[in-house]
Amino acid sequence: MKDAQTPTAPAEAQTEHSRTAPSEAPTKHGPRHAAELSSSFDRRRFLTVAGASLGLAGLTACTKQPSEKIVPYVRQPEEIVPGKPLFFATATTFLGQAVGVLAESHMGRPTKVEGHPDHPASLGGTDLLAQASVLDLYDPDRSQAITYQRRIRSWDAFASEILSNAAALKAIGGNGLRILTGTVTSPTLAALLHQLLEEMPQARWHQFEPAGADNARAGIRQAYGEDLAPRLDLTRADVVVAIDSDFLTAGPAAARYAKDFASRRQVRDPQALEREGMSRLYAVDSMPTATSTVADHRLALSPTEVAHFTVALAARLGVDGVTVPAGGDEHAAWVEEVAADLEAHAGNSLVVAGDYVDPEIHTLVCAINSHLGNVGATVTYSDPVEAWPAGAAADQASSFAELYTDIVDGKVDTLIMLGTNPVYGAFADQSFAAALPRVRLTVHHGLYADETAEHCQWHIPAAHFLEHWNDSRAYDGTATIGQPLIEPLYAGKSAIAIVAALLGRPFVADDELIREHWQTQAGADMNEAEGFESFWRRSIHDGMVAGTALPPKEVTLAAGAAEAAAGPLAGRSASGLELIFRPDPNLFDGRFANNSWLQECPRPITKLTWDNALLMSPRTAREHGLGDLVSGNDQSKQAPLVTLTVGNDSLEVPVWMVPGHADGTLTLHLGYGRTRGGRVADGSGFDVALLRASGAPWRVSSEIDFRPSGGTYALASTQDHHSMEGRHLVRMADREDYLHDPEHAGAQHHHGPIDISLMDGEEFPYDGYAWGMTIDLTACTGCNACLVACQSENNIPPVGKDEVMLGREMHWIRIDRYYQGEDADHVNAIVHQPVACMHCEQAPCEVVCPVAATAHSDEGLNDMIYNRCVGTRYCSNNCPYKVRRFNFYLYQDFETPSLQLGRNPDVTVRSRGVMEKCTYCVQRINQARIEAKREGRKIADGEIVTACQGVCPSDAIVFGDAGDPESEVSIAKDSPLDFTVLEELGNRPRTTYTGRIRNPNPKLVARLGAPASSEETTHHG
Amino acid sequence: MADATLDVERRIIGPGHDSDSVTRQISEIPYGTTPKWIFAIWAVGLVLVMVLLMSIAKLVFVGTGVWGLNVPVAWGFAIINLVWWIGIGHAGTLISAILLLLNQQWRTSINRFAEAMTLFAVSCAVIFPVLHVGRPWLAPYWLLPYPNTMGVWPNFRSPLIWDVFAISTYFMVSALFWYTGLVPDLATMRDRAKNRWLRIIYGVLSFGWRGSARHWHNYEKAYLLLAGLSTPLVLSVHSVISFDFSVSQLPGWHATIFPPYFVAGAIFAGFAMVLLLTIPVRKAFHLEDFITSRHLQNMANLMLVTGLIVSYGYASEFFFAWYSGNPFEIFAIAENRPFGPYQYHWMSLIFCNFIAIQALWFKKVRTSPLALFVISCIVTVGMWLERFVIVVISLHRDFLPSSWDMFTGTRWDWGLYLGTVGFFLCMMFLFVRFVPMIAMFEMKTLLPEAKVKEDAHG
Repeated sequence: MKDAQTPTAPAEAQTEHSRTAPSEAPTKHGPRHAAELSSSFDRRRFLTVAGASLGLAGLTACTKQPSEKIVPYVRQPEEIVPGKPLFFATATTFLGQAVGVLAESHMGRPTKVEGHPDHPASLGGTDLLAQASVLDLYDPDRSQAITYQRRIRSWDAFASEILSNAAALKAIGGNGLRILTGTVTSPTLAALLHQLLEEMPQARWHQFEPAGADNARAGIRQAYGEDLAPRLDLTRADVVVAIDSDFLTAGPAAARYAKDFASRRQVRDPQALEREGMSRLYAVDSMPTATSTVADHRLALSPTEVAHFTVALAARLGVDGVTVPAGGDEHAAWVEEVAADLEAHAGNSLVVAGDYVDPEIHTLVCAINSHLGNVGATVTYSDPVEAWPAGAAADQASSFAELYTDIVDGKVDTLIMLGTNPVYGAFADQSFAAALPRVRLTVHHGLYADETAEHCQWHIPAAHFLEHWNDSRAYDGTATIGQPLIEPLYAGKSAIAIVAALLGRPFVADDELIREHWQTQAGADMNEAEGFESFWRRSIHDGMVAGTALPPKEVTLAAGAAEAAAGPLAGRSASGLELIFRPDPNLFDGRFANNSWLQECPRPITKLTWDNALLMSPRTAREHGLGDLVSGNDQSKQAPLVTLTVGNDSLEVPVWMVPGHADGTLTLHLGYGRTRGGRVADGSGFDVALLRASGAPWRVSSEIDFRPSGGTYALASTQDHHSMEGRHLVRMADREDYLHDPEHAGAQHHHGPIDISLMDGEEFPYDGYAWGMTIDLTACTGCNACLVACQSENNIPPVGKDEVMLGREMHWIRIDRYYQGEDADHVNAIVHQPVACMHCEQAPCEVVCPVAATAHSDEGLNDMIYNRCVGTRYCSNNCPYKVRRFNFYLYQDFETPSLQLGRNPDVTVRSRGVMEKCTYCVQRINQARIEAKREGRKIADGEIVTACQGVCPSDAIVFGDAGDPESEVSIAKDSPLDFTVLEELGNRPRTTYTGRIRNPNPKLVARLGAPASSEETTHHG
Repeated sequence: MADATLDVERRIIGPGHDSDSVTRQISEIPYGTTPKWIFAIWAVGLVLVMVLLMSIAKLVFVGTGVWGLNVPVAWGFAIINLVWWIGIGHAGTLISAILLLLNQQWRTSINRFAEAMTLFAVSCAVIFPVLHVGRPWLAPYWLLPYPNTMGVWPNFRSPLIWDVFAISTYFMVSALFWYTGLVPDLATMRDRAKNRWLRIIYGVLSFGWRGSARHWHNYEKAYLLLAGLSTPLVLSVHSVISFDFSVSQLPGWHATIFPPYFVAGAIFAGFAMVLLLTIPVRKAFHLEDFITSRHLQNMANLMLVTGLIVSYGYASEFFFAWYSGNPFEIFAIAENRPFGPYQYHWMSLIFCNFIAIQALWFKKVRTSPLALFVISCIVTVGMWLERFVIVVISLHRDFLPSSWDMFTGTRWDWGLYLGTVGFFLCMMFLFVRFVPMIAMFEMKTLLPEAKVKEDAHG
């Protein structure tokens, strides 16, 4: 790992790609055009393509490869071996906060990010957003030039404009200068901004996040009297209560939290389970999230009921000043048993509230944790990680509102927006676009020429984090100095560069500015003897600056805070329906909307792609005349459109029924309905910002109604059937049952071979490696990180909404989601089951392929030979798991140069008419094999990490040599929980599953009188 | 037998014919003027052929995605149509080979027609396995076993490879059989030709046939041998096709009953198609003397028998699903077919292939060409539905409910299908127009005068 700024290697890159490019008749169907695929193919276009194709098709038999020059380096760059990737430590940021990653670079082209094993926010795993960030780098829709009034300008022109303005502004103390950013944790950027504010005291720095954590900040400030950042330690928490919180998959620390949480849940061995125990998670929320699906007990409540529940819980626990609300005994059993469980584990328990619940709930949660003695143990507080403008409004929403008012009042002369898109993100009552012309000089900086850029004079393309030097802090404050892996593909600039320009230094490189800052900071943390250069190199190499984690602070609960918070919560009542807004699990607030991997990645619960919808329970839908939840794809292809009215505003939006959703509550996800987000983003979904007032960004509890508008809308769902139909596909058991009888508790470990064969032939011995995998369903949260990681690693094309609707998505690994319960109105559990090619030893696909294009390796891999495949699709028909994916069209984009750069050169780029599927990341296996062979040894256990395994934040996936009894995967397969899906078919899949163990509270189970987990009985759609 | 011509019910040739009248009436069709209605049929057929070409072009240039396929339903119309057309072809082979060996003389007037139908049906059928693959430009030669530079052989364990052999053998033998039977009649056509060009064309086609005793001797031998070769094909081709399904492990496909059930279904569909075509042609060309009521009745009887075997197949699928105790099988056969989202397809199938043919128990129906025509139409549709039920309904809901999906044919699915129907129509009526559609020389053996001679010899 080196801190060198690796140059692009265009010659090599091209060579690499023309070698893998196929020679077939090209059509225009790349992923970028995917959404248009089968719709707009008119006669003219057909004839054009047909004519061209006819000409080219004739050439297929005698393809003449274009002549290529392979030129050696005159001077070999250090450490580059052609064909071998290098890994550089850097960090992606989400909401400003860093997640450490190792970026994989092939000849100067970053192709994939892996979690940074030492970084506190990653520990090796990442979420799906970090995985998808590579695609953003190569997105052909990124803005590619500095523009002024839509005309291309140079950086010099901008610099001279900004310098003259800055001089004029400085003369008046910066009066009228406003800077708008998102959440900033970058120490350098913050220092520069603070320097700017010092030089121009009248200038203002505002922050805006459409989906920020204002509520959490406000609630914590209320509780402890100061701004604090909470940090959870889930390794110490025996009992966790999640109040509308998706802490396992949402937010900048999710990967770490998922890892910590899983470490207390993944206990395969019954003795160890007995000894070490297992944490217990209660979840209370309206719309199920990945977190609440892994909960041992989940209670679906409306937002108002969630508030009442929190008050009742605090009261029952004896938090000072909180009394049981009147009539709040609806869920008495829950409140009492949860409280008892928390009390029994005081100091080792944790209550955590989601970022978007009301501030008062956060205050009460702080009070509960303080009361139970959890603060300092399972939750600690430190100074905020993000930089906050001194003297600014207390939260981002107010800061933004202040800016908006000032613009409207004509107080703003120059507005510089750094990496933010307020025109799209602003609330319904702030028409930011209309206000912008009142500002004399507007500058927008962002990855895309988006809705905001459209209304600004200047637009500066932002550099992607893999293109520029940067620094940022993780959720615990640990700083990372992020290094670029590639020169900016376009004229991208960092936010630092723009602020430096304002400070009169437009031509200073980012790394110099960052070095300058750290030279001033390094004193405390730096070993004097070491010298700055050494500190700098070490920090960059390590991907973090040692000793920068923020220390925990002693906090004391403000007197009366709990009482003050409980009052309004207890008094709250809802009239009729309630509506909550939540960021989309994939697109967040819309900033990732142009990322086709994320658009096409099925949302964890709804399995919707490419659209948002009005989410509600089947009962609520039925009560509003929308009929029953139907099975099959009628639900998606003809989703009813309704007119949703909130106060005076209304929006026409399709309805998607979500079993397990709280009745009487509606959920809308942000992030859709972009108008200038790029070709992928535009036209997908519905912009719900129209209904979102600045006063009620997350919850509306009155004046909501919806009625069918008569029409229907086609939604693209990857799973149309939601019940297991009584088939034993996912096995689960309660902890008690498992301890009582490990061999038979739901997990049904098989005894003895059931492979009955007519053939008397010899079995292939597999005396070399025998690759195998296990997937732990206790740990899996259904977060989709594996799906996107696989897409990135294996050059999997997105196909577009129309194709997803036809059932042609290409994901090699998918996460099946099943509901369990009596019917759609009574869901006991939501289970996730990642399914990829099982690599059956007796693979049914292999026998039926007429051209032997899928064959078995002597290590038990079920290999695809793409060159040989003619596409009969018989293999897919005969695959009981339906994991094979067929290139019905030319889904890959062979034309867009930037996308070609982003592909993994170790994996074939498949063309039209070819079947493909999970390979167990055979390229990684072979890499390890070469390495081991060179060193004359066997491949060590754990040396091969598949893409899905590597990214999994909860370590649910284990891969290795199943023939080696010592290997981790063999140990996992020996667990009594190990089971095979469709074992009775005798295919002997190499991928097996570790059954799901739940740890329900027996007392609560007894009081509710319902089976917490059992064989599923449901037969609803 | 001598009074066969007198018994209206049993006769297989009308009264009052002699060698000359048979030859004249049959050869008059190729040598006469083209009736206007044939142009109409060709017009329809050619339009559909254009649709066929368009559908093929679209498919090849754009991709398999123009069809409604997906995962899990990776096979659709193409395989349905393949099986359907191959099935239709079976009647021809059965009539020409098995009935010949069984010395069923009534086959004589319909055998050439049925063989031509076989040939064209198989031509239509082979379009599908070639085009249904993702890369049709590779499939034709990668599926054939030949020593190649890649050093790779096809996978002989795959039923699709068996298909390649089964279908190509079938096509070749059918073509040979049909043509061999044509040679003496082509010579007759040559002899009766009224201009030079026709004489040359028919002369070339008839391979210099002079009708010598030696020729007849060789001919009879060759024809018998080909009949012997064809006979196992009647049973084997559709058995092999059925292996595509029964070898897999998909519930609804994985069934041992498939080979006999498919063969019966094929003959069923084939006779329906023969009836469907002969009834109007017989009427239009006034061939009632050659294709008599007995012919129609015999074919109706065969249709009833094979239809009942097919229905028995349906019943046994239910029985075996229940008897196997396999929940996936029970779901696929007994739940999803009759009660699933495609239940109307299944119900229509039962109506077409089981209920509608019950009318054939009645003699009144069997002797009414119109009723037979209608029933044949219904059966032809029914047999297409049967393949739809097997292919699509089994695939769309298999083991893991998460992957269940639906299939709908697109316009290109229909285009290719109807296009082959058009091709079939064109070819069939080109044949009717230019080639003696009834074997003249064989018909003569049925004449009373032939019997007299035989008796005299005897």
